[in-house]
Amino acid sequence: MRAALPVLAVLAAVVVLWYLGAVWLNAQWTIDQAARAGRTVTFWEIVADAMGQRRPLLPPPHQVGAALWEGIAGQPVTSKRSLVYHAVVTVEATFAGFLLGTAIGILLAVGIVYSRVLDLTVMPWAIISQTIPIVALAPMIVVVSNRIGIGDWLGVENRLVSKTIIAAYLSFFPVLVSMVKGLRSPDAMQVDLLATYNATGWQGFWKLRLPASAPYFFASLKVAVAAALVGAIVGELPTGAVDGLGARMLVASQFGQPLLMWAALFAAAAVAGVLILAVAAVERVAGRRMGVRP
Amino acid sequence: MIPAPVDGAWAWGAAAAWVALWGLNVGLVRAGAGATRPGRAAISAAFGVAVLVLWEGAVRGWQIPEVILPAPSVIAATIRGSLPLLWGDFVQTIVKGGLSGYAIGCSAALVTAVLIDRSPFLTRGLLPFGNFVAALPIVGIAPIMVTWFGFGWQSKAAVVCAMVFFPVLVNTVAGLAAAEPMQRDLMRTWSAGYLQTLLRLRLPAAMPFVFNGLKIATTLALIGAIVAEFFGSPTRGMGFRISTAVGSLALPMVWAQIAVAAAAGTAFYGIVALIERQVTFWHPSQRGRG
Repeated sequence: MRAALPVLAVLAAVVVLWYLGAVWLNAQWTIDQAARAGRTVTFWEIVADAMGQRRPLLPPPHQVGAALWEGIAGQPVTSKRSLVYHAVVTVEATFAGFLLGTAIGILLAVGIVYSRVLDLTVMPWAIISQTIPIVALAPMIVVVSNRIGIGDWLGVENRLVSKTIIAAYLSFFPVLVSMVKGLRSPDAMQVDLLATYNATGWQGFWKLRLPASAPYFFASLKVAVAAALVGAIVGELPTGAVDGLGARMLVASQFGQPLLMWAALFAAAAVAGVLILAVAAVERVAGRRMGVRP
Repeated sequence: MIPAPVDGAWAWGAAAAWVALWGLNVGLVRAGAGATRPGRAAISAAFGVAVLVLWEGAVRGWQIPEVILPAPSVIAATIRGSLPLLWGDFVQTIVKGGLSGYAIGCSAALVTAVLIDRSPFLTRGLLPFGNFVAALPIVGIAPIMVTWFGFGWQSKAAVVCAMVFFPVLVNTVAGLAAAEPMQRDLMRTWSAGYLQTLLRLRLPAAMPFVFNGLKIATTLALIGAIVAEFFGSPTRGMGFRISTAVGSLALPMVWAQIAVAAAAGTAFYGIVALIERQVTFWHPSQRGRG
């Protein structure tokens, strides 16, 4: 509750700045139109006009809100104009990439924790892999996965495959780093205790290291799911895709429809928020099962 | 499952080289090479070489067509053959778009952090907000920036600026709170003013956090600069070259650009990490390293 008031104040400030920016950026168009018609405009006419242009440079919040509402509630969800439809397409790829990336991250982390050779060979390259701007790879991943036809083989769309790969590439790293830290977090005392119980290596992993890594795991999942969403959206940009929030933004920008573009952007932000909250909910449930006391 | 190689010599030779290099790595680790810095570098370099050899062998052994996966030797030849082009794209995207946006965005974030740090109310409000925005797919503003600032490098710099701002801001604000109350009290007993406390204690204490943000921002900067070019650019730049080369299935050129991007990304990150080691030499995470 203590945080609610400051956050609301900041949000209010953002909205006010946004309105001011909208007037400032959209004024030029109004002034140009008036000059062409040989009229002069007053300040208040500019303000009134900035609130409702069809192709504003910066749409004011209420216009974005209206476009968002129109995209979500104003269409049947199966329609290609519905943002829900596009969000579902993007979230599909996000989930597939998130699951794949998390699985790869956990497997690599277990390998790295148990093998010094893997630790020294793979870990530096995992770090380097994240300094490569994945978007440089994205168009090529798209073309190659279409050409090889992994999707036909798996029985899904080829586009989904390329987006999944990109999302997995972005999301495996946070999981890998946190899991390595988490699996190594039990201290020597605890490991020794298990040794006095004559526990096998397998039991040590299953009963000590894995439970100990849970907090690290969930913290990384939140980062990973946001990264997977970015990957899925970026994966839609250079592909000529027509479905998905990223494709929606690209198409809207090419056809000069800023309202649609902003609506898709905010839809993407909302999806990111929902995904992170969903992971946080899973974390709470899992924590309660494992006996975490609040 | 896997079809027999067309050119067995290459395929088996590469596989043998892989096994040999892996064996070398196991040997190096057993011999304790992991304890020294050059030893660690040698181990990871051997892995890199092994991957390249396996790649080359697989492409030649199975005659994989160039439009699917060009061999490393072909990519290297492309890089050698088009250095001026690659340099021009590098300057356009990384230096003009990426670096200038990075510099503006990071300094704006640092200044904002120091300013809002004076008000606990603003800090409490901006931290959750900034954390949330940092997790959003900000790269989506690329088309908006292109409509605002045109096709030139300015729009790329603007996207980069917006992408790096919040991670750096959030980390800096967290860092400014890192100086312990005891240390602040000590500064007060020396009758140090706000500015002196800031410059002598709190900013240095915040540096590990700041560099954490700056390192995250290096990768974001390159992503932003390249993605923004997919939405419109002059006829040069890495993102532009990649999308047109993919269109004409000139995969060796795409891989050459990827190699440049990878090298630039790694170097950028490495430079920031190097500066961090100089600035935060006192921090436990930097001490005791060879």
